Amino acid sequence: MSGTASTGGNGRLLSDTLAAAKAEGRSALIAYLPAGFPTVDGGIEAIKAAFDGGADVVEVGLPHSDPVLDGPVIQTADDIALRGGVRIADVMRTVREAHEATGKPVLVMTYWNPIDRYGVERFTAELAEAGGAGAILPDLPVQESALWREHAAKHDLATVFVVAPSSKDERLAQITAVGSGFVYAASLMGVTGTRASVGAQAEDLVRRTRATGTGLPVCVGLGVSNAEQAAEVAGFADGVIVGSAFVKRMLDAPDEAAGIEAVRALAGDLAKGVRRQV
Amino acid sequence: MPSDFFFPDPTGQVPSAEGYFGAFGGKFIPEALVAAVDEVAVEYDKAKSDPEFARELDDLLVNYTGRPSALTEVPRFAEHAGGARVFLKREDLNHTGSHKINNVLGQALLTKRMGKTRVIAETGAGQHGVATATACALFGLECTIYMGEIDTQRQALNVARMRMLGAEVVAVKSGSRTLKDAINEAFRDWVANVDRTHYLFGTVAGPHPFPAMVRDFHRVIGVEARRQILERAGRLPDAAVACVGGGSNAIGLFHAFIPDTGVRLIGCEPAGHGVETGEHAATLTAGEPGILHGSRSYVLQDDEGQITEPYSISAGLDYPGIGPEHSYLKDSGRAEYRAVTDDAAMQALRLLSRTEGVIPAIESAHALAGALEVGRELGPDGLIVINLSGRGDKDMDTAARYFGLYDTDAEVAADAADIAEIEGDAK
Repeated sequence: MSGTASTGGNGRLLSDTLAAAKAEGRSALIAYLPAGFPTVDGGIEAIKAAFDGGADVVEVGLPHSDPVLDGPVIQTADDIALRGGVRIADVMRTVREAHEATGKPVLVMTYWNPIDRYGVERFTAELAEAGGAGAILPDLPVQESALWREHAAKHDLATVFVVAPSSKDERLAQITAVGSGFVYAASLMGVTGTRASVGAQAEDLVRRTRATGTGLPVCVGLGVSNAEQAAEVAGFADGVIVGSAFVKRMLDAPDEAAGIEAVRALAGDLAKGVRRQV
Repeated sequence: MPSDFFFPDPTGQVPSAEGYFGAFGGKFIPEALVAAVDEVAVEYDKAKSDPEFARELDDLLVNYTGRPSALTEVPRFAEHAGGARVFLKREDLNHTGSHKINNVLGQALLTKRMGKTRVIAETGAGQHGVATATACALFGLECTIYMGEIDTQRQALNVARMRMLGAEVVAVKSGSRTLKDAINEAFRDWVANVDRTHYLFGTVAGPHPFPAMVRDFHRVIGVEARRQILERAGRLPDAAVACVGGGSNAIGLFHAFIPDTGVRLIGCEPAGHGVETGEHAATLTAGEPGILHGSRSYVLQDDEGQITEPYSISAGLDYPGIGPEHSYLKDSGRAEYRAVTDDAAMQALRLLSRTEGVIPAIESAHALAGALEVGRELGPDGLIVINLSGRGDKDMDTAARYFGLYDTDAEVAADAADIAEIEGDAK
């Protein structure tokens, strides 16, 4: 199950997983959870629970001291993880254990400075070796990404770029030309966090992204927090990305075990949403 | 007619089209901000060559700010600097009390040209926030200022000034609750409200074109100082000295002197309790290249790229990054940077106050302390220009507590002894 190449990453597994969801006539469910939150082992169990509940793909957050694109919920989780002493080695262990236990694709999502500092070659080699499928690097714009893409491609790691409602059509063409895995379409202008509604901007952005002629799946994130919203987004996108709602379940739970069960339950609800069974 | 006060870099060599000063700079920004940042670059390019923009800015700089700012010789202070001749570039005399207004008025005009109605800004010591709130009052723009919670406490006077001017001041409670976190929060606001909002960035950091644009608006400091020192001393200085947090006042002073290779450019970073203690914000002395707030530059960080919490008694210098052009000037050897402790800065603050009747901002006092050292190194033939980037009114609470100046403080009794100690130190 876990990819074809023995030493390479699982970029191919990510593409196959999204294609399989499409073949079933549904959107994929992509969950985000930070590594090291609330503990490294607790974080791994939460990710396994998200998969068990029905997530097709998980993005593992590599916490950063300065998460400028995250709202208060993920800021709080990152802060807990960093104060707990989470290191990149712990993120790699999280990726490895989550992938090995489930055979599912696991991405890393983080800011550029930790990878720049760690070394692009070292990071991509270790991520591939851990069974990772790729990375989402929202503050690494396409014009600064050549070095990352070169090393990622060498290890069969997907490079998922974010597009925004403000992206002009020529930017969308530039980004989809070099991205891989899928395209992360930000549903609205803003940072991560749950929203009461996901705006009409999202559908328009998905349409404009597809109009570039890209063959990449287009998945929508930012603001989605429940099955109804997931079903709405599933009506026009190839995947639904949910982050803050999972993290909030963990933060609000009385203890770690209850938080993990809440993650499993939310994934179950959202899995129905992406199948439009709500 | 060419402008008397607006001098976009005539060399045009750096930054590159992609915003790089050598290995530093660039544009590390989320996709959501790409269109807005590109718009700023395009509008600024247009404004640079538009005589109407220069005319409007000149009018404001003369009749509102009060440019040109004076160059004041400080002979009693200079006695403590090895007898070198010392001149202060008096940016503290600008309207609002610091150099920050130069950049703010330029970007406020740009905001109007872009048709945006709301301005956001970060502030550390509050000087950039006050200048921004001032320009927003002048131009009728909505204004929100982000300020670290710790800074709202130690610079409470400036919080009141901003509110008096009609700005909303948001105390930022995340991270180290200082300037870095105020910038993070301003970026979050900008991503969500970019349609009608301009982020009036206050220093020569951030993504391209901010480092070059903010520098251009401050180049007037060095252009004036160069002309003034030639008139007054008959020659170029041996050293131009400025404090560096993000680096805007320093780049403003340095830039016109870059081609004058005989002029040493010396930036003074905050060493806090001492670089060896780890409690400092001496980015160029102790940092490593990395990405913070949209560009590559020296950054205080750990071995896995987490930004470390800086410390300085000066809210305006309490920042773990630095403008990319300073990193370029450091690595190329054109500028040199040294670290100045809290204590050295505070002693220099009191020394200037008591020898010259000028109370400097704690930020600027780092440059004064650095210049005392430089003067002793140069000896009596030395000639130094220091950028006095701001006035110290906002720092009186910090200074009063540091020196025990309130009536309730027992140390007031030791006042006379303090003077003797200062005079004694220098001889």
